[in-house]
Amino acid sequence: MEGRERINRLRWRCTRRAMLEMDLLLGEFLDRIYPTLGPAQADAFVVLADMEDLELWPLINGSSECADSVQAEVVALLRNVRVK
Amino acid sequence: MSKQSIPVRKFDAVIVGAGGSGLRAAIQLSEGGLKTAVLSKVFPTRSHTVAAQGGVSASLGNSEEDHWHWHMYDTVKGSDWLGDQDAIEYMCRKAPEVVVELEHFGMPFDRTDEGKIYQRPFGGHMSNFGEKPVRRACAAADRTGHAMLHALYQRNVRANTQFFVEWMALDLIRDESGQVLGVIALEMETGEVVAFHAKATIFATGGAGRIYYSSTNAFINTGDGLGMAARAGIPLEDMEFWQFHPTGVAGAGVLITEGVRGEGGILRNSDNERFMERYAPNAKDLASRDVVSRAMVTEINEGRGCGPNKDFVLLDITHLDPATIMKRLPGIREISIQFAGIDPIQAPIPVVPTCHYQMGGIPTNFKGQVVSADGAPVKGFYAAGEVACASVHGANRLGTNSLLDLLVFGKSSGDSVIEDVASGDVTHRDLPADFAEFTLARLNRLNTQTGGSNVNETRLDLQRTMQKHCGVFRFKDMLAEGVDKIVEIEKAVARTEIKDKSQVWNTARVEALELDNLIEVAKATLVSAEARKESRGAHVRDDAPDTPENPNGRDDVNWHKHTLWQREGSSLSYKPVTMTPLTVETIALKTRSY
Ligand SMILES: Cc1cc2nc3c(=O)[nH]c(=O)nc-3n(C[C@H](O)[C@H](O)[C@H](O)COP(=O)(O)OP(=O)(O)OC[C@H]3O[C@@H](n4cnc5c(N)ncnc54)[C@H](O)[C@@H]3O)c2cc1C
Repeated sequence: MEGRERINRLRWRCTRRAMLEMDLLLGEFLDRIYPTLGPAQADAFVVLADMEDLELWPLINGSSECADSVQAEVVALLRNVRVK
Repeated sequence: MSKQSIPVRKFDAVIVGAGGSGLRAAIQLSEGGLKTAVLSKVFPTRSHTVAAQGGVSASLGNSEEDHWHWHMYDTVKGSDWLGDQDAIEYMCRKAPEVVVELEHFGMPFDRTDEGKIYQRPFGGHMSNFGEKPVRRACAAADRTGHAMLHALYQRNVRANTQFFVEWMALDLIRDESGQVLGVIALEMETGEVVAFHAKATIFATGGAGRIYYSSTNAFINTGDGLGMAARAGIPLEDMEFWQFHPTGVAGAGVLITEGVRGEGGILRNSDNERFMERYAPNAKDLASRDVVSRAMVTEINEGRGCGPNKDFVLLDITHLDPATIMKRLPGIREISIQFAGIDPIQAPIPVVPTCHYQMGGIPTNFKGQVVSADGAPVKGFYAAGEVACASVHGANRLGTNSLLDLLVFGKSSGDSVIEDVASGDVTHRDLPADFAEFTLARLNRLNTQTGGSNVNETRLDLQRTMQKHCGVFRFKDMLAEGVDKIVEIEKAVARTEIKDKSQVWNTARVEALELDNLIEVAKATLVSAEARKESRGAHVRDDAPDTPENPNGRDDVNWHKHTLWQREGSSLSYKPVTMTPLTVETIALKTRSY
């Protein structure tokens, strides 16, 4: 049950965001890439998903850099997401 | 006694929505000493207001001479004369005051060298009654909406507004007299259903752009306020009017700014033709939004669309110097790569006209009070922002007037609540015995449905139907067919089934409940659009073309009136446009041309 709750809460926070761009990217990431992450990266993704869009978007589009190295790995994966 | 009881929480006022309009209203109430609850599906600063980049308009005259009366003229003209002139005068006169107030709340506006709020030009902003462009848009870099929400949120924290975050309001509570007594809401984290019993209820739930397949709106914009109001017997006004942006990425909807065409981007059809040369020989790709959008749809409809389904056109910047693209259009390359899978330096971007903004909504007066079909206020009910129709945007919104609408009518609705509570006009009346029954029955139906329809598929069906039958350019037969289709889809919505029946964080349930709202908005839109047999502002029909008697297809003799759609029987009625401003002379009907 814990798993379902965690993933649903995360799903809400990934797909009900301020900007459409982020709904699309994080939603796609959650479906395709999140299930393949190890525990540390999964936790880092939860932290990233809790950021506001205008904090996270600059990390993804490369105009600012992540301080945390695990977060930086996850951001690199986010950058490669293609929404179609 | 009700058959099933639910917990009741009592407040002086409850606001549904924590975007710009809800937060602005909440400041008025909390600082006015009312015990106020604000409900939101997401943390306040995740509301869609964040997406607004362009700015907020006010005739401050900081860079050059400006006047609220000129702003009023532009807004009436922009609305294609469907806006109510009392509300428009009110909004434009109040603009400098609410913008300066926002500055005092801590909004980091861009500044001039003398330290005044910097103002930039924007489409449709003119001085001296349409004579020449004027700088009226106030912005905080390209994050105006974000900065605005933060300033308003901080002020609310100071004023002790109580927030209920990740709560979804489900239905309005009304008593027999029609007075609104609050809302019933669902806490996502627990699955608990609770009544918020209030003297006054303000709806600030934002737009419903997700009724379209291609939309610039975030997923959250499911028109919940409109759905709740419609189910409670409140009419929806002017729902046929939706603003489209010409260049959303095909499929994803993500907005490609006008700046791309400003820098030399060209629209092409499947023959690689620069087709805008035929539609607008002078302005070409830089013609106004509605002209470009309609040209694109005509190309697609006449079989010159691109891709396997011939359902988009191309925005080409491959002829621009890559260095220019990187320098002048930052972010566009990433957006195109991530959302279209195309590097625009190498290949053109697939684009389609994309739903952007809802002009209609819950009918209100300029005080933010919801009004019924006869114009009388619905006691205890108020609305502001994109969910409301005051009506200042009429048939077409002017850029930057939406953020202004949030500030002005957020504030005025708050002031009205304070007045109505102080005068004893609205009090805590007893909840009817069966107040929760309707909502609990809806939830129970959803929980017990078997052999029903799939939520995602039904939503997609709805969105595709709206896009095809009621898009930027409308055709008589397609509209009529669309009405039949949406009635069929409504039946599927009434039978949605979810597999997950759990209480805690049941997002499947929430999405099904959102779909219950989308269908009301879609139906109101299609039925209202099918009925309006003219072209006006954003509502353009092929059977109402430009003629000498009816320039631009606008038919003032028969259609200079507001639509009111009632859910009961899906019936329509009409009410006159208010042509008398508060203090100045009427801005008389005229052909809208730029
Ligand atoms: C990409 C884009 C760019 C834009 N740029 C500009 C611009 O530059 N200038 C301009 O003037 N306008 C612009 N607009 C329009 C403008 O941003 C919106 O009209 C405006 O922000 C809407 O504000 P709001 O307060 O009405 O609603 P929102 O900010 O959308 O907030 C709605 C709130 O209601 C809550 N809510 C909804 N349903 C429920 C429910 N059932 N229960 C509980 N809470 C609920 C949400 O959680 C949210 O807090 C833009 C729009 C888009 C899409």
